[in-house]
Parts: sequence; structure tokens; C-alpha cells
Amino acid sequence: MTALLLILVPLIGGLVTFFVKQESQAKLWSFVVSLVTLAAMSVNLLMHDEAGRSFTAEWLPMLGSSFALQMDGASTLLCFLTALCYPIIFASTWKSSYASPNSFYGLMLLAQAGITGVFLAADGLLFYFFWELALIPVYFLCSKWGGEKRIAVTFKFFIYTFIGSLLMLVGLLYMYYQTADLSFSMQSLYAVKLSGDQQSWLFWLFFIAFAVKMPVFPFHTWQPDTYEQSPTAVTMVLSALMVKMGLFAVIRWLLPLFPDAAVQYDNVVIGLSVIGMIYASILAMQQDDIKRLIAYSSIAHIGLMAAALFVNNESGLQGAMIQLFSHGVNVLGMWIVIELIERRFGTRKMSELGGLAQKAPGLTILLVIVALANVALPLTNAFIGEFLMFNGLFKFNVWYAAVGGLSIILSAIYTLRMIQKVFYGNENTLTAKGEDITWFEKASLAVIVVAIFVMGVYPKPVFELTTDTVTLILSVFK
Amino acid sequence: MNLILISAIWGIVMMFSGLFLKDKSSAKTVALIGSIALLIGNFFDLSGKMIIDSNFNGMLQYERFGLLFLTVLVLALIMYILLSGKDVEAVGNHPFEYFALIFFVMSGAGLVALFNNLLILFIGIEIISIPLYILTGSDKRNLKGNEAALKYFLMGSFSTGIMLMGIAFLYGATGSFQLEQLLVTAQDDYQVFMLIGIVMIMVALAFKVSAAPFHFWTPDVYDGAPTVFTSFMATIVKAAVFIGFLNLFANAFGDKTANWQMTIAIITALTLFIGNITAVYQQSVKRMLAYSSIAQAGFMMFAVFAINDMSKQGLLLYAAAYCFATIGIFAVLVKMKDYTFDGFNGLAKKQPLVALVLTVCLLSLAGIPSTAGFFAKYFVLAAAVKTGTYLWLVIFAVVMAAVSVYYYFRVIQAMYFKEGEGQELEVSAPFKGLLIVVAAVIILLGVYPSILLNWLTIY
Repeated sequence: MTALLLILVPLIGGLVTFFVKQESQAKLWSFVVSLVTLAAMSVNLLMHDEAGRSFTAEWLPMLGSSFALQMDGASTLLCFLTALCYPIIFASTWKSSYASPNSFYGLMLLAQAGITGVFLAADGLLFYFFWELALIPVYFLCSKWGGEKRIAVTFKFFIYTFIGSLLMLVGLLYMYYQTADLSFSMQSLYAVKLSGDQQSWLFWLFFIAFAVKMPVFPFHTWQPDTYEQSPTAVTMVLSALMVKMGLFAVIRWLLPLFPDAAVQYDNVVIGLSVIGMIYASILAMQQDDIKRLIAYSSIAHIGLMAAALFVNNESGLQGAMIQLFSHGVNVLGMWIVIELIERRFGTRKMSELGGLAQKAPGLTILLVIVALANVALPLTNAFIGEFLMFNGLFKFNVWYAAVGGLSIILSAIYTLRMIQKVFYGNENTLTAKGEDITWFEKASLAVIVVAIFVMGVYPKPVFELTTDTVTLILSVFK
Repeated sequence: MNLILISAIWGIVMMFSGLFLKDKSSAKTVALIGSIALLIGNFFDLSGKMIIDSNFNGMLQYERFGLLFLTVLVLALIMYILLSGKDVEAVGNHPFEYFALIFFVMSGAGLVALFNNLLILFIGIEIISIPLYILTGSDKRNLKGNEAALKYFLMGSFSTGIMLMGIAFLYGATGSFQLEQLLVTAQDDYQVFMLIGIVMIMVALAFKVSAAPFHFWTPDVYDGAPTVFTSFMATIVKAAVFIGFLNLFANAFGDKTANWQMTIAIITALTLFIGNITAVYQQSVKRMLAYSSIAQAGFMMFAVFAINDMSKQGLLLYAAAYCFATIGIFAVLVKMKDYTFDGFNGLAKKQPLVALVLTVCLLSLAGIPSTAGFFAKYFVLAAAVKTGTYLWLVIFAVVMAAVSVYYYFRVIQAMYFKEGEGQELEVSAPFKGLLIVVAAVIILLGVYPSILLNWLTIY
């Protein structure tokens, strides 16, 4: 039942939000809805309620499609990430004010329902359904509440992902006709035996859809613009959760469906990912806008995860799993800091900031921890993931690991440079007026910092959770 | 049979009521009564209780699919009359006659949906077409409308000629007008005549559904005709001709797919390409919708292309999704003074509900999941994938669907994200209520299409 609740609560809660006219009430209501979702997820995890993690109902019998939800290790992890991030997002943007707040918060919750649905769907058609459903609210959120160039930028994002999705739909349809019992269920699709040729082109139809979402070089061009132009709360959803849809889809659908093609094209995918890592890191170093900097750094981090998914060894896959969660938490932390800075000083340009450490020591400490986690320093969560992923990449091919490893150094450079420029150095007229963050804001950042350390020191629960997914993927490659 | 008779009779009733009822606004009411009578008659059709229980020596066949399709058309007609009835009155001085013509068209639609004989198809298509020529030119003071009507009439007559010629060839090759006789292969000597006949009928029908390269009349006629009739022509009429198209190819030429499938594939690809690409460049929403109707016809062509069980379900769903969404959009468009995209600027602020319903309709036309348009596109594309060949065509179609997002979303962008005055719209509370019904139907079919499709198998 938990599986269904995770979708229903934000869906119904979101629809109700549209009718809550007062801003404070809309905020409070959506925050409560997100907390209820988190509670449901946490209870399920703590109680080890396996039965609650699947749900099946009749949907479209004549198409062989049912409303089937299933949480395996990877999807449990990502559902938990989604449920955890939403209250933090709402809390950290509590002070932001939006025109027609009821629509804003309503759409945010609808997006949550869609994203969770993607992580849960155990039916091909249902998966596609949620995949698109997650996109629509985000389209409206970015276009309505974003920056100056929001309309064109969001539209580009929408068209990119929509083309990708449609290609996937064609592939899915083709797969459907190959199933023994004409069904979209995950098991039936997994059981399809495809020839090498069929796998080859089906692989690309699916991969493009997922690559756009992640995004992998060269499908990434929508990403920095969209992140920059979206309101920060939406950027948080995009980068912490929506990009995970692409990676998760590779784990759940692409690899098990087309293992031979995945092996055949692993060099292409890993090559693209590694190029993307370096390319994005170099671009990140050039940025003055912190939001764009994080956007590019995110492409680099995602690139590593995408590469690790294709290395076909336990270390790489396990690392990618843990990093799915860690990256979500860390990037969310970075956005919170940026949101706080922008709200206080009205700018995101490094050249206009400086010396914040003296005025806002609390913010500085928390930021430095998050930033160091972003650089994957030992003891932080990202270290575990990156270490395992590079280990996996190394086993696959030393050169990829070596070139990709450069991105660690570059990441340290731009992150530290950002900390230095924004928080240290001399105050200027703009930053002299600043003050430290409130306890409420500290609290939401503290949750992130705790998550960073807990996972950095004791990642075992995550490993245990995702073992079944890793085993499954490795077994299909045999 | 009930539907054909009732609509013909009600057309005459409408004409006479024009003589006796002086109040123009009662036309809508009389038409509404008529359309409900159609629905009831159609219901009895479906349960096999007919006024005249004859298939006229096999010239008609009462297939469940055809009858169900007519139900969809009648429901769309009812929605059309409810939403746009007032605007029909505004066109000119003869609202009763306009409605009479609309009922005659429905009668033709009945013939086209149930024909089993090429002559009936021909008569049905003509009964549909001739009232449309008149409706196009019904706003006599409008020169553009007059030109459009003349153009439509000339082109239409041309296609009629081609169709008749095609039927003659088929008769020559097989010695029969009956569909089941056409199925029996003609003697080898006559194969070539059979083929010529198929191609000619294909051309004529492609003209009627405005498939490329026979689409050129569509934008001018749709633009020139009074908007309220464009809405009718682009939806109910187009869907009606499509069922004729599908029935003919499924029941008569289904075993000769190798002969014509490639041609249909090319027509489909061309239609999708021209419709979508040209729509991108339009500055007027009305013209954009005209081109989009060409593009949508491209998708419906997939049902004709594939000829299998899924294509029937697909066309049924497509007709419902497309008719309801388009009727909804046109109903609002008629009320606007400015038909350009800019005319929609800021509409969401002034009329949040109207903007929301328009958004649902546009999302449905674009084929976004959770709206009826998604499953409509899904079914017709699935039907094509099921044939196992021509996968390039399907991929081409989805790329074109992505292009269509561009122009549909322009309207959404204008309504929600662009600053503007927002036109004064005179929308009454009942009108808003009907719009909500339209949106609800679209979403219901988008989440649970079985609600309609189950009727194909069970009663």
C-alpha cells in the first residue's frame, strides 16, 4: 500500500492545493503533504514492510497493461530520496514568495507524484505515462515562475525531452509486440528474446530518451539554461530528482532489456559520458553565475554515474546506486545555499559577492561541508560513491578512469574557487549589509549535512538496500 | 438506419420550423432536440431495434464499429450545438437552414459509416459535401467566404469525378459494387483496372479528409468559412469521412495491402510533414488549427494504413479525442475578436477556467499523456507497429508529433506566460460548465480509454 500512497498523497494533496487561495496556507498545506509522504516512506523502511512495496490494479486490460507498482532496491532508495527532498525544498524556500502560490505549490506536488510514479512503475506503459506526467508540471513551473528568458528556455527543455520520450514510446511499442503474452508488464518485457540487430536500434530509441533527461553529453544543452532560468525550488526538483529519472530508467529498463546492446555500445556511452565530464568541468570553471556553475558541475557528476552504469561490474554499479542518493542530497544542499545567498543579496554573481564568512558564519560552515561533499572528500557521502565508481571504471578501462579522474581535480578547483570568492576575501558594499541565516534555514541545511556524514561514515544500509538491483543487472549480463 | 432516417427527417423539420418560428434563437433548441433524437435513434440502432429493419439488399451493413463511431459523432454534435449553437445564429439570417444542412451532413455520415456498396459510399460522400459548400459561403457579406465556397465547390466536384471514375474502374474489374465482391480478386486481366480504381478512390477520399498532397483547399476554406462551421467541418465531418475511408480499405481491399500500403504510407508521411511544418509558421490561431487538422489527419491515416483490430479502436478513440478537443477550442475561438496568437496573451488571468480547458484541449491535440489525445495517437501508432513493417513511418510520425508541440504550446504560452490585456470574452456560466465537461471527457478518456473501447466488444 505504501507504493500507492507515495503517488496518491502528493497527487491528491497537489490537486487540493489549487483551491487553497492564501499563500501561507498553501505553503503549510503542501509542506504537511510532503511530510505525510515522507512519514509513509519512513514507516515502510523502518518496518521492513516488503508487502507494501508493490501494488497492482487493473488499468487497460485490452492493452495488456496494468497499474503495477514495484519497489526494488534502487527504486526504494529513490522514492526515499524524493520523499526526503520535498519537505527540505519546501522548508528552505519558505521565505520565497510566488505569484499565485496555490498553483505553484499544487504543480510542485503533482511533479512529485509523477516522479515517484516513474520510480515505481513496473509496467512499461505506466512508466511512460508517469515519465511524461512528471514533465508537464515542471514545464509550467519553469515557464511561469522562472527568469527572463524562461519561456524559450523551458520550451527547448520540453521539446528535447518530449522527442526523446516519443522515441522511447515507439521502442516500447515494438517491445510490446515481441512479448509472449502481449503485455507491458516488466516481467514480460524482461523475458523478450531479441536479436542483436533489434537490440541495437531499440537500445538507441530508449537511450536517447534517458540521455536527454540525465543529461549526457551531447544531449545536455537544455540543462544549464533551464537550471538558471527556473525558480530555485524547481531547479532543486530538476537536479536532485528529475535527472535521477534518466539514470534510474537505465537501471530499471535499459540494461535489463538490452544487455547485449549495452555491452556492444558501452564504449560509446562511457566515452560520451567522460567527454561530458571534462567538458562540463571546464565550462564550470568559466562561470560567474553560481547557479550555472552548479548546473555544469552537475553534468559532470551525472556523467560519471552514467559511465559507471555501463561498466558491467559490481563496484561501478554499487557506486552509481549510492551516488544516485548522495548526489541528490548534495546538489540540493548547494541549491539551498544559492537560494539563501540570492534572497539576501539579490545576486548570484561571484564577482559581486565576497566576504560572506564574516557576516554569515553559520551559512559558511554549512556550505563548506556541502561543497566538500560535492568534491567527494573522504568521510562525506559522495566519496564512497565516487570511489566505487572510479574503481569500476578503472576495472573497465584504465584510460577512461584516468581521463575521468581529471574531473575530480577540476571539480575541486572550481568549487574551492567559488567558496573563496563568495565567502572569503573582502566585504563589499553589497555583502556588508548581510546577516546570518535563520535557525529554520539552518535546520533544513543541517538535515542535509547530517545525511552527508551519516552516509559517508556508514553507507552499509544503502548497499544492503540496492544489492538486489545490482545482482539483477549483473545477472542479465551473464 | 434510425440515425440516417431521423437526421434526414429532422433536416426537413428544421427547414419548416424556420418558416413557423420567427425567433432565431429557437433554432438551437430545435437542433438540440433533433440531435438528442439522433442519439436515441442511434442507441436503438446499437441494440438492433430499427425503424426500417432492412439492409437494402446488402447495401448497408450494421457493424458495431460503424454504429459506435456514429455515437461518438452524435455526442460530438450535441457538444457542438451546445457550445456553438449561439454562434451559428450570428452567422446570418437563416440559422434554421444552417442547422438543417448540418443534419443532412449527419445523414450522409450515417451512410458513409454503414455502407457496404460503393454507390452508397458515393452518395454518402456527396450528401456530406454539398451542404458544406453552402455552409462555407453562408456568410454572404464576406468576400473571403464566397471565394472559399467557390473554391471548395470546384475542387470538391473534381474529386467527386475522380471518385466516380474510380468506382467505374472497380466495377469494370470485378463486375460488382458490393464490398465483399471486391474482395474476391478480379481476373488477372483486370488487375490493373482494379489498381487504378483503388488509387482513384484513394485520391478522392484523401482530398475529402485533406490529406497531402490533396490538402491545398483546406486552409483557405477553413479560414474563409465562418469559424463556427470550420469547427464542424474540421471535426465531425472529417471523422465521418475517415470512417468511410477505413471501412472501404478494411472491408474491400484489406487482402491487397501490398498494392496500396506504400501509397498510403507516402500520403501519410506527406500529410504529417506538410501539416505540421506549415502550421509552425502560422500567425493566426484559426489557420494554425486548419493546418493542425491536416496534421491530425496524418495520424488518422495510420488507421487506414494498418488495417487491423487496433486501427478500428484507434480511429474510434481518435475521433472522440480530436472532435472534443477541437470543438472546445473553436467554441472559445469564435468568441474572440483577435484570432492571432497574441490575441491569447494573458487570457489565463482574465479567464482562468477557459484557459485551463483550452490547455487541456491543446495538450490532448499534442498527444500528452493523461489526455485522450495520447491514447488516440498511441492506438493508431500501435496499429502501425503491429504490421511489423514501415517502422520508419512511425518514427517519422512521433518526430512530427514533437513538432506539433511547438504550435500548440504557443497558445498555452500566450495564455499563461505572456503579458497582455486579454480580450473581453462573453462567456456565460452554462458555457463554462460545458467547457468543464469537455475537459473532463478528455481527461477521463486519457486515463481510462477502456470506458469507450469496451463498447466495441460488450454491450
